Amino acid sequence: MNITVYVEHDASGAKRASLEALSEARRLGGSITAVLVGPGGSDAAPAAAAHGADAIACYDDVCADGWSTDLASRAVAQAAEGADALLLSATSGGRDLAPRVAARLGVPMFSDVTRLEAGDDGWKAHRPVYAGKASLSVSGSGSPFIATLRPNVFAAEENAGAGTVEARTVDGAALATVADVKEPGERTLDVTEAPIVVSGGRGMGGPENWGLVLDLAEAFGNAAHGASRAVVDAGWRDHSEQVGQTGKTVAPTLYVACGISGAIQHLAGMRTSKHIVAINSDAEAPIFKVADYGIVGDVHEVLPVLAEAVRAARGA
Amino acid sequence: MKILVCIKRVPATDTRVKVGADGTSLDPSGVQYVLNPYCEFAVEEALRRVEAVGEGEVVCLTVGSQEAEKELRTCLAMGADRALRVPCDSAFALPPATVAQALAEVVRAEAPDLVLCGKQAVDRDNAQTGAYLATLLDWPCVTEAVALEIGTGTAHVEREADAGHEIFDIALPAVVTCAKGLNEPRYANLKGIMAAKKKPLETVEGALADSGVVVHAMELPPGRPAGRIVGEGADAVPALIEALQTEAKVL
Repeated sequence: MNITVYVEHDASGAKRASLEALSEARRLGGSITAVLVGPGGSDAAPAAAAHGADAIACYDDVCADGWSTDLASRAVAQAAEGADALLLSATSGGRDLAPRVAARLGVPMFSDVTRLEAGDDGWKAHRPVYAGKASLSVSGSGSPFIATLRPNVFAAEENAGAGTVEARTVDGAALATVADVKEPGERTLDVTEAPIVVSGGRGMGGPENWGLVLDLAEAFGNAAHGASRAVVDAGWRDHSEQVGQTGKTVAPTLYVACGISGAIQHLAGMRTSKHIVAINSDAEAPIFKVADYGIVGDVHEVLPVLAEAVRAARGA
Repeated sequence: MKILVCIKRVPATDTRVKVGADGTSLDPSGVQYVLNPYCEFAVEEALRRVEAVGEGEVVCLTVGSQEAEKELRTCLAMGADRALRVPCDSAFALPPATVAQALAEVVRAEAPDLVLCGKQAVDRDNAQTGAYLATLLDWPCVTEAVALEIGTGTAHVEREADAGHEIFDIALPAVVTCAKGLNEPRYANLKGIMAAKKKPLETVEGALADSGVVVHAMELPPGRPAGRIVGEGADAVPALIEALQTEAKVL
């Protein structure tokens, strides 16, 4: 069995979500080929090898004039040809890239997979639908079997492969190239990839109180901050922070819901979090039905005390 | 300026999902269907771009059952000029690869300057169709757009990525998929709804190839084990910290 894994990288190296995909490939067994596309890709090769890559295809000179997902899809399609499966991460970049690779190879693909099986009768993927209100088990007949894996679901673990690096290239002109990247004003972890997410809802009372949410997120050290749809629609927070259906689906180790009542669309987007804490003044709020730990109380009173206690517990 | 918008009829986001008798699909009883929220952004953006240019046509297209004509009429009521439907029995279950191939056929025949799609449909949450379609057409594509301006034969697009907003200047024709934040969709007014009844809505040919995808089962997520209220107000914080340290082990 041959599994090809697309490994995303940036200035800080291979993305964690990609190392999760590599680790899952390793667990499934067979020979693993990692694909790195774009300048500096080779720098991430050691991390790919440490997480199970037997072979590493480096397309360092592809996208030298700026990132082009369509050009990258040519490289990944070339690298995945003949493989039994191609795994990517369901990150912003993976979502953009995977359908184009699938179209080039003329096969269907499966998005946002949370469980994979490789058996004698082929590949089977389990994936959430309706924003997590249900899940499907699906299989496809084409080869390779292409799937994007949901970040934070599969464990990343070191289990070294041979890591033989091969420099490769691909022909073709870019149709769309990133001309520039506007960095967000406050650089923060994305809610889909952070191990801890602190989210606020309408119970926060207004945008002027958001410092409490941000401070609690900061107290945890490695937390992203999110928001409910009501808050985003009211213009308190940017839509990029919205958790739930028509926002982002998250599955962090810890999800802290502050002043969020728990509309069905919100619950769908965060209910697979490993641990859920809810703080809400309404003891009957639906959020308490999915929360592992609840505090019934006023967020304005509880959050500052909680942030201080978290800092003390972490020794920060 | 001709803009083609690909849309989908989906269950409303407040739907309580139940598994149907076949064990592989949604139980449709009591489900309300709507225009996919991300398709609303796409229709709105198409209308605004044509309004900005001052001339042109907005054509809406779906692969769907006859019921989906309701959602096409919604688009027409918002202001689209005409609508096209590739007939199929069960659009929900069609894999994006199949839908993209059928759409590509119609796009080639219609030859628009721009194709807009929602970034994903909120039923199957695949988020594939737009990029898949663009690749079949060999057209430039930007997914998850939050800003769009049309120039002369070009488009300036902002994409919301993990690292920030990616900026693209692409040649038309192109495919752009629309994310929340791109615009605030208008509501159809009574005049629009009346006018929509007289606007052309036709069925068109589009081959629905079997892409070999099999759905084995649809399941509801397991319920979460019952949690507990650790206490009331700020006094409950020490108990919560203790639980996070000793039970959840996240601190």
